Amino acid sequence: MKRLLNTLFVLSEDSYLALENENIVIWGEEGKRGQFPLLGLESVFSFSYKGASPALLGACTKRGIGFTFLTPNGRFLARACGAAQGNVLLRKTQYRISDDPNQSCFAARCFIFGKLYNSRWCLERTVRDHGLRVNVEALKRSASFLSATAAEALKETNLDTLRGWEGQAATEYFRVFNEMILNQKKDFFFTVRSRRPPLDCVNAMLSFGYSLLASDCAAALESVGLDSYVGFLHRDRPGRESLALDLMEELRSVFVDRFVITLINTKQILPKQFDKMEDGAVLLNDVGRKTFLNVWQTRKREQITHPYLQEKMQWGLVPYVQALLLARWLRGDLDAYPPFLWK
Amino acid sequence: MLVLITYDVNTTDGEGKKRLRQVAKQCVRHGQRVQCSVFECLLDPGQCKALQAALCRIINMEKDSLRFYYLGDHYQTKIKHFGVKAGYEPEGVLIM
Repeated sequence: MKRLLNTLFVLSEDSYLALENENIVIWGEEGKRGQFPLLGLESVFSFSYKGASPALLGACTKRGIGFTFLTPNGRFLARACGAAQGNVLLRKTQYRISDDPNQSCFAARCFIFGKLYNSRWCLERTVRDHGLRVNVEALKRSASFLSATAAEALKETNLDTLRGWEGQAATEYFRVFNEMILNQKKDFFFTVRSRRPPLDCVNAMLSFGYSLLASDCAAALESVGLDSYVGFLHRDRPGRESLALDLMEELRSVFVDRFVITLINTKQILPKQFDKMEDGAVLLNDVGRKTFLNVWQTRKREQITHPYLQEKMQWGLVPYVQALLLARWLRGDLDAYPPFLWK
Repeated sequence: MLVLITYDVNTTDGEGKKRLRQVAKQCVRHGQRVQCSVFECLLDPGQCKALQAALCRIINMEKDSLRFYYLGDHYQTKIKHFGVKAGYEPEGVLIM
């Protein structure tokens, strides 16, 4: 089994990253700020505007280390990807399936089923753990709607109708999302999903979490030899990592949504860790982002048992394992793609 | 597992200075320098063997010495630092 390695976050805006003797070196105004061997790294997230040296990017892509650039505010900019690697036959199968609407739908409905199943579990879990504090009726109603939709989605053969089911389910899920927030309700509330820019604290954290997860998924797909830009549910669009977004669907609620809710409910994140911009955008500030990433990394190290493989692994390896299962389905070793169904 | 590597390279002649540079360079690739000729490397068993072989090729068995301390997977409780230049935790959160 692959070992979960560390992730390096470069939060200082004016850092320049370079390669030196198989090490990533962080240069600042005052000189060397630090250096880490590439050997122990899984991915690098750079929030600085000064960039990185081509030699470093080359070394990272060669070793399968994901390298992601974000603006100092945390908005995704670019991801380094090197000379195409992996198995060309596998990638061609992927393209063929992506071109065929029927087979695409076969894959897409697995992703959607996973998404609906996991979203429903999040709602059910709130009912189970905090039955006396929440609006049980509303949550139960949404949960049963999600499970009914999941059953329908699993039978669907038309991609557009499938998207319709997904949209309805997402609306229903986000309608009761606010019920899951139990503490600090005055400052953290969820009314509607807003992005570019996020207009409240909860949306800011959701967006940030989703962009971290998307990069992880894309890196995982590339590492098993798939093309992260050619998706089944999300259609092709230049610059969009459609397959990473597909793979992410089933992980959104268990990976990011629950994580954000836990941060709020355990008061690990506080209202003062956000900045409000002139245009109404709400963003995590430096302290907030550090807290977020600290807990995010700790969570990635938690041990779980994979529900399909029945194997112990760390949370952070889940995107990688799912990418591997997807590749096995494309190769014909599995009859269908088994989504990550968490309970 | 965490491996602590220490070395003593005889630098009385030019050859020795060259070996010292090569050993240091090889160690920097695999871990963090905690003191002058002391490195902490987080390696899996395969990487550890490869690093050992590489270092043994460089040193002169007659003049230099090399020591490996295996601290295992739960090394956090086995290390205590005093004074300046505290290292980083290789499995901790790396935020710069």
